[in-house]
Amino acid sequence: MNILLIGIGAALVNNVVLSQFLGLCPFLGVSKKTDSAVGMGGAVIFVMLIASTCTSLIYNFILVPTHLEYMNTIVFILVIAALVQFVEMFIKKYSPALYKSLGVYLPLITTNCAVLGIALVNVQKGYGLIESIVNALGSAVGFAIAIVIMASIREKMEYNDIPESFKGTPIVLITAGLMSIAFFGFSGLIK
Amino acid sequence: MSKAGERLVNGIVKENPTFVQMLGMCPTLAVTTSAINGIGMGLTTTVILALSNLFISALRKFIPDRVRIPSYIIVIASFVTMVQFLLEGFIPSLYDSLGLYIPLIVVNCIILGRAEAYASKNPMGLSFMDGIGMGLGFTVGLTTIGAFRELLGNGSVFGFRVMPSGYTPITIFVLAPGAFFVLAGIIAFQNKLKLNKAAKEGISPENALCRSEDCAGCMNSLCGGRLAEGKLKETVKEEGGAD
Repeated sequence: MNILLIGIGAALVNNVVLSQFLGLCPFLGVSKKTDSAVGMGGAVIFVMLIASTCTSLIYNFILVPTHLEYMNTIVFILVIAALVQFVEMFIKKYSPALYKSLGVYLPLITTNCAVLGIALVNVQKGYGLIESIVNALGSAVGFAIAIVIMASIREKMEYNDIPESFKGTPIVLITAGLMSIAFFGFSGLIK
Repeated sequence: MSKAGERLVNGIVKENPTFVQMLGMCPTLAVTTSAINGIGMGLTTTVILALSNLFISALRKFIPDRVRIPSYIIVIASFVTMVQFLLEGFIPSLYDSLGLYIPLIVVNCIILGRAEAYASKNPMGLSFMDGIGMGLGFTVGLTTIGAFRELLGNGSVFGFRVMPSGYTPITIFVLAPGAFFVLAGIIAFQNKLKLNKAAKEGISPENALCRSEDCAGCMNSLCGGRLAEGKLKETVKEEGGAD
């Protein structure tokens, strides 16, 4: 039950993009078309799951026993960067179909602060392995939901009459703000 | 003007990271709930930016080209860790209010961007000044946004009450959605100025605005947007060729 709460909380209540502002770059940059938004969402789910699993294992079984907890930022960012490269090579070799749909998004994810952010949140909140994985899955799904909704809205907005100075980034930010208000509605789910 | 002074002006005005380059959007939106938080985050970033620029510039002849990005990341992450401990020890209140966003300075596009664009090619003194200039520019940006949000959402600036007592604070501005609205307003205002200027000079509005999200936080290839768009186009081309 507790685990379910962590997952729902991460996906809806504390949405990574809309309430914690993590991963804004891809959220604003890759949300023009629904197809690419779905691809980006999928890639983030994939990488965030693997990254959080690895960083959680490294933290709990290497850094804590050797009393090197303070190294977590340095270790995590290196692990994530290396991991993304590795995952990219692996998928390219063994699953060309998956690579075709996720491949272009993978390099972009290294500097997506959401991945590092969630790894650090797991540590700060003292989550164990299972809780970390659930938290990562929830957060990534939250990211995917947000970016897909945003892309769908933007496709509709193409035909709207927007004031000249609000075209482009400003109207996207306002849409994000409205979505953020809507997501406040979920805060009643968890006390 | 001396070269060092020019770097300062460049960072604060001409290439202001927040208002002109639109870099480092995550901390810009997340920590600007008050002016004092904005200053705190800005100055923390300035220290890290200046030190990492200095260090990377000093090592620029030793770091092999192929592993430069990971090397930069290690340098930056080390400074971030040090600064994090200093804050925790000496300014715990700021440490608590910035929280998760201090370690996340590592992935701030501004720092890696300056390392790649400036410090890796220029002497130490100038790189240091460039870091200070860019950092102060970032501080000015964050403080402005922070002050604006605090004024509307709380009726105060830097904790001092400015609005008359009859003013009902619009709480939404210190919550998450307010960050999006304020930034949208600022960018729209800038666009308006650019459009007016363009109309006077007879440039078409399309060219006057840096349209679309290419600009939103993604100047260098390390961050989201532009690379994504470019790569997507490439993929589309490749797929088109295969048919």
